[in-house]
Amino acid sequence: MKKFISKFYVALVFAFLYLPILVLIIFSFNESKGTIWTGFSFKWYAELVQNELIMTSLANTLFIAVIASICSAILGTAAAFGMHNMKKLPKSILKNATYLQNLNPEIVTGISLMLLFTFFKLTPGYVTLILAHITFCVPTVVLNVLPMLRQMNVNLYEAALDLGCNRRQAFFKAVMPEIMPGIVSGTLMALTYSIDDFVISYFTAGPDSQTLPVTIYSMTKKRISPEINALSTILFVVVLAILIIVNVISAKKEKEDARKASAFYGK
Amino acid sequence: MKTNSKAAFPYILWVLFFTVIPFVLVIYYAATSKDTGAITLDNLANASRYFPVLIRSVYLAVIATAICLVIAYPLAFTMSRSSKSVQRVILLLVMLPMWMNFLLRTYAWITILDNNGLINSFLTELGLPKIQLINNSGAVVLGMVYNYLPFMITPLYSIMTKIDKSVIEASQDLGCNGWQVITKTVLPLSFPGILTGITVTFVPAVSTFVISGLLGGSNCFLIGDLIQQQFLGNEYNLNYGAATSLMLMVVVFISMGIFNSFDNDEMEDSMI
Repeated sequence: MKKFISKFYVALVFAFLYLPILVLIIFSFNESKGTIWTGFSFKWYAELVQNELIMTSLANTLFIAVIASICSAILGTAAAFGMHNMKKLPKSILKNATYLQNLNPEIVTGISLMLLFTFFKLTPGYVTLILAHITFCVPTVVLNVLPMLRQMNVNLYEAALDLGCNRRQAFFKAVMPEIMPGIVSGTLMALTYSIDDFVISYFTAGPDSQTLPVTIYSMTKKRISPEINALSTILFVVVLAILIIVNVISAKKEKEDARKASAFYGK
Repeated sequence: MKTNSKAAFPYILWVLFFTVIPFVLVIYYAATSKDTGAITLDNLANASRYFPVLIRSVYLAVIATAICLVIAYPLAFTMSRSSKSVQRVILLLVMLPMWMNFLLRTYAWITILDNNGLINSFLTELGLPKIQLINNSGAVVLGMVYNYLPFMITPLYSIMTKIDKSVIEASQDLGCNGWQVITKTVLPLSFPGILTGITVTFVPAVSTFVISGLLGGSNCFLIGDLIQQQFLGNEYNLNYGAATSLMLMVVVFISMGIFNSFDNDEMEDSMI
């Protein structure tokens, strides 16, 4: 009975989380535009490819996300490495600034950057958008790399130096491989934040550098065209597929590791 | 070791330019007059007229955060006590909606709650009268709970997986009943997760303008809507906007100060 209640509860929460998504997906196959079901059709998927506004915004979104996350990866990894070697006080100041940036309400980050660009007379466009995206992406990389550096053996870097590496080699050959998982997960998170961001882009984008979320927002003011439903259904399926693959791989790896460990300790 | 810390130099510059200077500019704009550029308190005085709007935002965000906590806590606990493979699937299902654009997910609620929406057409089919489900503060709270529930679940879940099964068994052996196990063992151990969850739910909820704009209509005007209008909307006035934002920032910093008055390192672990 207790088991049944907890299962029922989990199902109820997920019904709540997925109801709107289901509605969205169903109406992407609707023949007509409104919220009344008139018949099954792939019409909106065909029109999606021809909708120039949506396609340009999608391209903008991906372009900005890739540039911003690569820049954040470099800037953030260097920052984490530097912070790791700092004295306590400057380190904690910088760390708190990073947390603050991460927890600051998006609208505040958005308007303060908008004021910055207005003050220095930068016209809103790709440049301002990329600068803004790097600003909110770097903290994610820093916060993912820092714990990795903390777990790393403190002597690793010096051992590499002793064995004849110069500073650069010691970093790229000894430190970098150790902290790579942190860099990868931080960069991927930055990428998804950037793709998904609406609020900050809204305040910093120009009229011809609109990202997809900004375009969607301007559509919600009138009526969302079903092409958007079609696009998000496609994205949903892609993300679902990627997540399932990643999970299956990591589950397999975990099992393998467990098997190896038990074989090792068993004998 | 000292030269290595120079690697953080570009980031320090970045923080200076894109976090510190913008913040100073907010204060600068808030404290100067739009027309003359002279220092004035008029903007702040004007912003304080909207104090009831701020109170309403905080009130709705508190309700939404509380509902999120009540829904998420049992779910996170159930999740953390299931088998590894079930945990993996549930976590995936919790994260998945976040990958879909939140504007669209919120917009989908309009399709459901609208006067001619799914629920009301269903009621009409049954011969029942229509209910006003949208353009009120209830719909805004629903939107907040819907959007930020995963933010509450993840930190709770990650801290609860760290609670060892034997600790719970020990408390049972020592005579706790089910309720006492929760209040005396699980609750104290998961406290940092609760604080993180509350922060990451409350901050976006109190500052939203999208959810209130889409689901609240003109009946539920929040501080985020006000700021949005002053920066990009009908009431364009950067100086008033900066002053209003400053008001919001004070609320957020105070609440963050209350919620996060514990060790940074602990927070770092529970955030990832």
